[in-house]
Amino acid sequence: MRIFSGVPNINFMAQRKTGLWVSSFLTVAAILLVAFRGLNFGIDFTGGVLVEVHYPQAVELDSVRADLAHANYEHPVVQYFGTSSDVLIRLPPAEDSNSAKVSTAILDALHASEPNVELRRVEFVGPQVGDELTQDGALALLLAFIGIAFYIMFRFEWKFSVGAVAALIHDAIMVLGFLSLTWIEFDLTTVAAILALIGYSNNETIVIFDRVRENLLSQRRMEILDVVNLSVNQTLLRSVITHLTTLLVLTALLLMGGKSVHSFSSALMVGVIVATYSSIYVSTGLAVVLNVSREDLVPAEKSDADVV
Amino acid sequence: MQPYPLWKTILLVVVTLLGALYALPNVYGEDPAVQINTTSGDPLPVDFAAQVDAALKTEGIQPSGSRADGGHWVVRFAQAEQQLKAADALKKSLGNGYIVALGLASKTPDWLTKLGAKPMSLGLDLRGGVHFLLEVDVDDARKAAAQRYVTDLPNFLRKKDIRYTGRRQEGERTVLDFADAVTREAARKAIAKEYPELKLDAPDGATTLTATLTESEVKRIVDFAVQQNLTTLRNRVNQLGVAEPLVQRQGANRIVVQLPSVQDTTRVKDLLGATATLEYRAVDETGSADSAAASGIVPPGTELFYTREGRRPVLLKREVIAAGVNLVDAAATVDENGTPAVSVTLDSQGAKRMFEFTEKSVGKPMAVLFRETVVETNYNAEGVPLREKREVEEIISIASIRGVFGKRFQTTGLTSKEAHSLALLLKAGALAAPVEIVEERTVGPSLGADNIKQGFTAALLGLGLVSLFMAIYYKVFGLFAIAALLLNLVLVVAVLSLVGAALTVPGIAGIVLHMGIAVDANVLIYERIREELRNGTKPGEAIQHGYDRAFLTIADANVTVLIGTAMLFALGAGPVKGFAITLAIGILTSQFTAIVGSRALAQLVFGRRQRMSDLPIW
Repeated sequence: MRIFSGVPNINFMAQRKTGLWVSSFLTVAAILLVAFRGLNFGIDFTGGVLVEVHYPQAVELDSVRADLAHANYEHPVVQYFGTSSDVLIRLPPAEDSNSAKVSTAILDALHASEPNVELRRVEFVGPQVGDELTQDGALALLLAFIGIAFYIMFRFEWKFSVGAVAALIHDAIMVLGFLSLTWIEFDLTTVAAILALIGYSNNETIVIFDRVRENLLSQRRMEILDVVNLSVNQTLLRSVITHLTTLLVLTALLLMGGKSVHSFSSALMVGVIVATYSSIYVSTGLAVVLNVSREDLVPAEKSDADVV
Repeated sequence: MQPYPLWKTILLVVVTLLGALYALPNVYGEDPAVQINTTSGDPLPVDFAAQVDAALKTEGIQPSGSRADGGHWVVRFAQAEQQLKAADALKKSLGNGYIVALGLASKTPDWLTKLGAKPMSLGLDLRGGVHFLLEVDVDDARKAAAQRYVTDLPNFLRKKDIRYTGRRQEGERTVLDFADAVTREAARKAIAKEYPELKLDAPDGATTLTATLTESEVKRIVDFAVQQNLTTLRNRVNQLGVAEPLVQRQGANRIVVQLPSVQDTTRVKDLLGATATLEYRAVDETGSADSAAASGIVPPGTELFYTREGRRPVLLKREVIAAGVNLVDAAATVDENGTPAVSVTLDSQGAKRMFEFTEKSVGKPMAVLFRETVVETNYNAEGVPLREKREVEEIISIASIRGVFGKRFQTTGLTSKEAHSLALLLKAGALAAPVEIVEERTVGPSLGADNIKQGFTAALLGLGLVSLFMAIYYKVFGLFAIAALLLNLVLVVAVLSLVGAALTVPGIAGIVLHMGIAVDANVLIYERIREELRNGTKPGEAIQHGYDRAFLTIADANVTVLIGTAMLFALGAGPVKGFAITLAIGILTSQFTAIVGSRALAQLVFGRRQRMSDLPIW
């Protein structure tokens, strides 16, 4: 089976400036969205208490709230989790140091009116741990960017490195914008998703860069812009197929993997779609705009041989 | 087409076989089992098998296996009901000297276990259980240590006949005033010699001397406080009777407690949150304890307490000779006469004061006061649980001082059982710094089971979808890719089992995601082969070029994904680490399977053909 009969011949680089403008615009929009609307941080980062319980039959949220009010928890967030017999209760971090006891108190309160309520999950994150997880998450992202930038600089060239990292930042911001827009919870696994996405998206960029380098060697007389275009076209099919297989497994995860990987899979799905575009227009496009030249990539002694 | 190097084929076969072998334990499943350990941590007695058999026989329970396994005794059962009944029977007949815990035992056959093969361990989010992160309040321990010097230093100077004019505590610093700089210098020299753990500061133009704890001393205090807590927590967790509990230090001042399959977090929290400390104090013999207890009037400088055994009133002097923080070790032993004893080791601070005290108190009695904060749950008339903090203060030991001692001493005149329990209480009382629960994650068994089911279904569906696509799109070569993918899955499972990394929900997500990414290597290669064919290259050469050219690209791409996962592993917490591990293992193994594995298959099928008009890759 094949999608194209031969290597496609699309002049991607003709719209490189438009592409970069569009990306910049979208990036700024996503940043503004995150800045003003914020993210729906999970308790991993905010701290607090989360209790998930399962009732033997459907339950009214108001009766759950009443039970909790009885135990002096006035403003908990109570919502259904999937079905009307699964209930999720959240409490913000308490000031007093004994908030670890809160989860026990909540369960006691629920047990009082329905002895058969089943505990599914309790998560309590103290504020100090929440702060640390936030810092570590941010640090992990930053170090990943730096590590990848250096690796590409070492394997390719700094202009490519700038392009690649710009694409990664772009992808990460777009995913954050999506999460802000849809208000999907942002937890530790979401950070994992973004880090995986960074690696994945960079994979795309590297495949194109590799091809550019190879073509620069074999197509001596071709203009750099044409070489880039050819490379993007040559790797296009592979990109499409890889994205397809990745989207397939992510769909499986989203449909069957349960609620705990929901934010993980949806964040990655958006990221994979964005990465398709950014690997062409942001990373490669930026490298071209930065005037990447044949000499940047082809070792000097080879060009000497050319003269001879 | 060039013949494929033999060593690569052999390597592939060997890796496949090894992978299959070490992934194999995961298919056998688990038996309900009871795990038995001795409370003291001593090895099990020789006739233990007979004891267990006897206990089970009286209840008429037939175990499906009973033997020692890695330090503990494991009794297996065919059904879960038998397991519960047997655990009760064993607890009753074996008594307090043993910890009987419910657990699961893998059905992996012996020959596999001998090869070091074991099933994957499941994270708490898959098997259910509780996870606590406790923070040791080291500030408290440090403050307590620092505050001691405001009384210690003046005492020391008085003994050395060096006159000071004032003393005060400024935060964690002890400040001493002197009449002139000469006296101060003498004091500085004397203190520096006696207290090497202090950093002394004597500013010019003033006559004060400031003492603070040195960096290394602070570190030692913190380490010690955490270590003490760790030991105490282990003891307490052992009382719970949980199979495979984990109590581990994390970072500078945190302790992780993980208890698989435990759900009653209330009991665990009460147990973990209990704080205990102990104080060595002199017994006041001048006043009458009985009359103090009757009248409620306590002589000045003393306090009234009761003994743990017999509730006898005793007056203790207020001055604390040594506290729990000074206790380095306490163990039940036998003394030189062969009678049971508890040997106690104090740190230098405690030893010094113990020496000074015993020097002038030979023949007089000394008591150990045990203080514990117990949280108790009581139910009121409406059945609403009420939690109450209760301070328990008891004298656990009174012994007369037989000689002058400091660092090491023994408490004798005890029965073996008394020695054992005193040693345990002393250790528990050594819990110097308070702990606080800073993170809790409890997963109920039903959620754990759901997570396994969902993860497995998602993985299966993902595998199915990718396989279907590859087979349709790349025909025979697609099948090679699927074979490589399956081998890769086996290898990931094998490596996970071998290294003992726990599989978590994000870990499963990592495996699923990785299936999508792993075929990328094959896609890259196959697209290359197609391209070569389009350019008119012969099929055999096209295969070769496809693989050779794609190798570096794949390696480059994989390195960058590994950079991301490495960061995640280094900085991620708990289950997310599981994601990083599975993804990283998957990437490393796929580099092998996608390139060596699928290529060997391609060679095997097409390598011998002299003429190939077309490759089944379109």
